[in-house]
Amino acid sequence: MSDAVVTSAKSSDAPQTRVQIALRKPGFLIGAVIIGFSALLALFPSFFAPYDPNFIDYLAVRQPPSWAHPFGTDMLGRDALSRVIHAYTVNMQMAILATVFALTIGVTVGALVGYYRGVADMIFGRVVDAVITFPFLVLVIAVVAVLGPGLINMYIAITLVGWVYYARLMRAEVIAQMGNDYASAGIVMGYSDRRIIFRHLLPNAITPVIVYWMTDMALAILLGSSLGYLGLGAQPPQAEWGVLIAEGRNFITTAWWLSLMPGIAIVITGLGFSLIGDGLADLLRPRG
Amino acid sequence: MTQTVMKIDDLHLSFPVSRSLLDVVQRKPGKSVNALNGVSLELKHGETLGVVGESGCGKSTLARCIVRLYAPTSGRIHFEDQDIFDAEAKRDRSYNRRVQMMFQDPYSSLNPRMSTGDILAEALRVHQMRPEADIAPRVAELLGLVRLPQDAAEKLPHEFSGGQRQRIAIARALAVEPEVLIADELVSALDVSVQAQVVNLLLELQERLQLTILFVAHDLRLVRHVSNRVAVIYLGRIVEIGDSETLFSAPSHPYSQALLSAAPSLDPDDKGAAIQLEGELPSPLNVPPGCPFHVRCRHVTAQCRTVVPALRTLEGRGEVACHHAEEINQHA
Repeated sequence: MSDAVVTSAKSSDAPQTRVQIALRKPGFLIGAVIIGFSALLALFPSFFAPYDPNFIDYLAVRQPPSWAHPFGTDMLGRDALSRVIHAYTVNMQMAILATVFALTIGVTVGALVGYYRGVADMIFGRVVDAVITFPFLVLVIAVVAVLGPGLINMYIAITLVGWVYYARLMRAEVIAQMGNDYASAGIVMGYSDRRIIFRHLLPNAITPVIVYWMTDMALAILLGSSLGYLGLGAQPPQAEWGVLIAEGRNFITTAWWLSLMPGIAIVITGLGFSLIGDGLADLLRPRG
Repeated sequence: MTQTVMKIDDLHLSFPVSRSLLDVVQRKPGKSVNALNGVSLELKHGETLGVVGESGCGKSTLARCIVRLYAPTSGRIHFEDQDIFDAEAKRDRSYNRRVQMMFQDPYSSLNPRMSTGDILAEALRVHQMRPEADIAPRVAELLGLVRLPQDAAEKLPHEFSGGQRQRIAIARALAVEPEVLIADELVSALDVSVQAQVVNLLLELQERLQLTILFVAHDLRLVRHVSNRVAVIYLGRIVEIGDSETLFSAPSHPYSQALLSAAPSLDPDDKGAAIQLEGELPSPLNVPPGCPFHVRCRHVTAQCRTVVPALRTLEGRGEVACHHAEEINQHA
């Protein structure tokens, strides 16, 4: 009750109130701190990394964690901590680049087929069925296999498969929103289809898509490192978590830290995105 | 005052029911819901035409056809001699400006993410009702017209009550300076005390702005209060249409009689001799042949079961679609 009073009294600065609500949720706060710090590491890796990630020292190979090398060194004597930190750049980039294009295409296609329905919607339905029948990873690997390994091709492959999931979500949400009279009112008003779809329906339909996007960023990092591990994504000597885990695999019994540390980085970053997504779901829900 | 603005001619609308794969394989014919089965009426300039009928009779469907939310299966709607469903007229957005609609549910008819001011300004901009500089003053004027405080422009729909939202919807419809307003169950979602406010506001605005109103509702007393003429709809057909006072004091069609006698009286001495209808409203999936009311009518004859009665003028009354209107009303 007291919440309602506060909100109506301060209705003019509603955005600030929302941020305040968000900061009261510990989960969202932890997620924001994790992702904020990850973003800093990704943007300024050299500032945080104690060594050059590619500096080879054959006199200090596979050293266990110590004060000089907190994560130990790898089979070429490179500092593992510096390599994990430098990997933030490419792995955080994956979270963005492997999802934004899928998001944009998916939202647009989903909104259009949801609004117009008809034959396009039926074709879309079959495409969704076809894509969803395959495991995501298998389909992406198939596309990468055709295009050839590498980061750019990996982004293309993930976008080609991933947009379907966004479009499916968006379509369902647009259809649900169409049941509201404000959409009919727009038609009665003589507004253009474009205005109704993008100004009226989209802002009301996009919340679940944004929430899914956050989760998908975590999945993109996981997928990107899986492909890196399989040698289909980032290529060595690039520092990337999947590549690092793959490099450490041969020494898993003697130098376990080489694979464990990048693994922990994946888990923590993924957790951060999930917590943010959870918080956003509460935050973006329209009130009243 | 008697100039016809809108003429609806034998309007039919049926929605196909989706068939299962099994039906297709077994070659069962596709079913359809017959929402409108030949509605004809004229809307005259400056009048309020009430449309009444029980749930599912096609009242709202008719309203939605008039604003082109649904395209009829057959039949015509002419607005000032222009067929609103021909291809050229469909591209013409001015019809959307001149004929406006207000919806039943005030909680879904306003975009929850747009402030009142934005909702009104958008209507003004799209139809270029005012130059950009005059939009803010016009929004203020519209809020005054529906008696909302000026700070309402900054607020989002969730900050208003149902009655206030319905007034915002009226302001949005009036923003484009329409000639005809379609009110689809405008107040049925509101409390009785608020209903009066909203309805009286609408009537006052009608007088001031020379509006023609089609008032769809199921509340009979309300319709009697607001309408000059009333049409009674049963199973997608008009069974009686006429002057509001005449129809309410002396309904001619057996269905109208039953409908009106079902409305509770405010007189405590009136024990009410409500005419009890037998049976249920037939499914619009399977409209009975002949008079749509014959399965429930007390005066049914063989003719009623086969021949669809046309609307015809009854001496001293309105128009009635009943074969036996004269005999039924002899003693009345």
